[in-house]
Amino acid sequence: MHVSRQQPRTLKHRLWVAFLVVPPIVFMSLFVVYPILSAFAYAFYEWQGLARGEFVGLKNFREVLFGATMAPVVWNAFLHNVYALVALMIIQNGGGFLLAWLLYKEPFGFRFHRIAIFVPVVLSTIIVGFLWKLFLNPNFGIINQALYSLGLDAWAKPWLGDSSTALGALILANAWHFVGFPALVYLAGMQRIPPEVIEAARLDGTNEWQLLKTIVWPLVAPSTTILFTLLFIGAFNWFEIPYVMVGLDGSPFGSTDVLGLVFYRTAFGNQSASIQNFGMGSALATLLFLFIVVFASMLTLWLRRREIQF
Amino acid sequence: MTLTRRILMAAAAGSMLLSGTAAMAQTELTFWSWRQEDKAFYQDIIKKFQAKEPGITVRFETYAPENYQTILSTALAAGRGPDVIQVRAYGNLETIATPGYLLALDQQNVPELANFPEPALAAETLRSDGKVYAVPFAMQAQLVVYNKKILKDNGLNPPKTWDEMMALAQALKAKNINPFSNGTATAWQNETIVGGLLSSMLGKEFEADIVSGKANFTDPRFVNALAKLKDVSQYFAPNFTGVDYPSSQQLFVAGRAAMFAGGSYEVANFKNQNPTLDLGVFPAPVLKAGDQALIATYYDGGYAVNAKTEKKDAALKFVRFLATPEYGTAFTNTLKNLSPIKGIKIEDPITQEVAKLAENSMSYLMLVRFRYQEPSGSVLLQSNVQKMLAGQQSPEQAAAEINKGIATYYKPFQK
Repeated sequence: MHVSRQQPRTLKHRLWVAFLVVPPIVFMSLFVVYPILSAFAYAFYEWQGLARGEFVGLKNFREVLFGATMAPVVWNAFLHNVYALVALMIIQNGGGFLLAWLLYKEPFGFRFHRIAIFVPVVLSTIIVGFLWKLFLNPNFGIINQALYSLGLDAWAKPWLGDSSTALGALILANAWHFVGFPALVYLAGMQRIPPEVIEAARLDGTNEWQLLKTIVWPLVAPSTTILFTLLFIGAFNWFEIPYVMVGLDGSPFGSTDVLGLVFYRTAFGNQSASIQNFGMGSALATLLFLFIVVFASMLTLWLRRREIQF
Repeated sequence: MTLTRRILMAAAAGSMLLSGTAAMAQTELTFWSWRQEDKAFYQDIIKKFQAKEPGITVRFETYAPENYQTILSTALAAGRGPDVIQVRAYGNLETIATPGYLLALDQQNVPELANFPEPALAAETLRSDGKVYAVPFAMQAQLVVYNKKILKDNGLNPPKTWDEMMALAQALKAKNINPFSNGTATAWQNETIVGGLLSSMLGKEFEADIVSGKANFTDPRFVNALAKLKDVSQYFAPNFTGVDYPSSQQLFVAGRAAMFAGGSYEVANFKNQNPTLDLGVFPAPVLKAGDQALIATYYDGGYAVNAKTEKKDAALKFVRFLATPEYGTAFTNTLKNLSPIKGIKIEDPITQEVAKLAENSMSYLMLVRFRYQEPSGSVLLQSNVQKMLAGQQSPEQAAAEINKGIATYYKPFQK
């Protein structure tokens, strides 16, 4: 009697837990785990369009990494991802840190600026990309127009058409788009620092630079961990801004090519130039996934160790 | 979106089963396309077809062009997909036809195939079995579109030879008019520019030599033509390396440039955006007077029948209808795109002109011959011409790079 009264309740409880847990697990398995595993499996086959052909083992992986046709394209794109990572680390995360510091000091109008800085983050990447493409238009874009009106004609350039400036332009557009995110995370990190720590440092007569370097920067380390890791993942998955601003080809002549574009072109084809190779696309996606997982984990572990508890 | 559609379709199928005999009389075909903008035209055509075949209804469904191939091949791979399919040509047709998703067409099941010229059928033929898999729908050409008013106002005539064109461009530039609105920032525009401006200098013989392997892309005809292109690029849109496809179209549509090297499909588009434009077309200029002036032609795609359809007879009837001169005439006059069907009557003067120019044409080389394997001729041509026009490599280097890429798989170049 005693037991049987107890049991329905636990069963009910278990059912309730299952009811809460099963749908997300099913959803995750169906839309996250299954596609990743199937992409992994696809990479071992030869493909004709989307029809699976014969099993070819590691051939697709070999082609992607060492093949005469694919490898130069892949490594060229990989290099651009690395550029983007380093540049965004400095401009986007570094800029975000400095902006956060300015906001932290609550200058005149900081409430307005706190929101204003975050507005571009909320905008759709497609819109931001398109907007920057207009700004950078060589003939009627606002940037060249401004340079002309300042008499700096020699500085005006076909930004997105010049192989020496195109990637930089994409990186800056991306930084403009997302700088509000690190700024906000760092600001939250700074506000977590006990004010007396900063006051004490000031009383000891530190200057601004010492304060930032030896007090604030180490104490916002948890924010840095999350921001660096997210940026690492974002930089190697970079797709939207390049796709909108320079197209699938990484125009001009591959100078803005990144792995996301190579993957899309390879797996789905580029209607105006190439045909699809689903196996090779899957192999590239798998390699990229493994690379990101391994390095992002290592990066997180390393960054975690330099965090200070307080 | 598609999921809802599937559910609706399943529900519709279910209700049809239930209603039994009522549904038996009508056969409903589904017809997929990426031409959302041509919906009104296709619905009109379907009405005309139904007047002839009252027992068959056709449902026209469209998907965004950039996703079409993916959505279609996913559906076909799952053993579903529409009964009648608008498909592309050449290498893109092969990705769908090779796995056996499409029904092979011949003079038995579609006698109207006799209405088509050989190159049109070749565009919808699978190279491995030599069978035709779709009824071709449009021929496109790369040539030069020009603004008649600008030329007339300045007392100029469309050029015949390359030197005439350079003189014309010089004269326009002296008067502060952009000779060409072309830009090279959008990669594939480089291929259309080559087709529109260099075809006559390359010549049919060059194409034949490439096919037979007698010549490759380091041939002086190709290198010299590229050098000429580099030369004329000084008359493209200002800062042309940063001018993308939409910007170059806008420049021309706004009447701020005299010429646009590109596709015949641009004409209808330009006219839609600015109906006051008075336009003409001319073929790629020849090197010396007396040479044959050519345009570069290719076929866009075709109408195919799903190999797994249970309504094969009805689908074939519809596809046969899409192969008649009656259909070709309606297609050409409504969409201002040239149908390849023989014996059509063309109303639009520019389309007439394109049809006439097409009598002297070579293939739009990289798409027609070298877009089956990677690196495709198109990928190579686009990026290397883009690089050459940006002043980052010489015509010789561009030609050598293109040749090197194609030679990795093209047997005739490996000798």
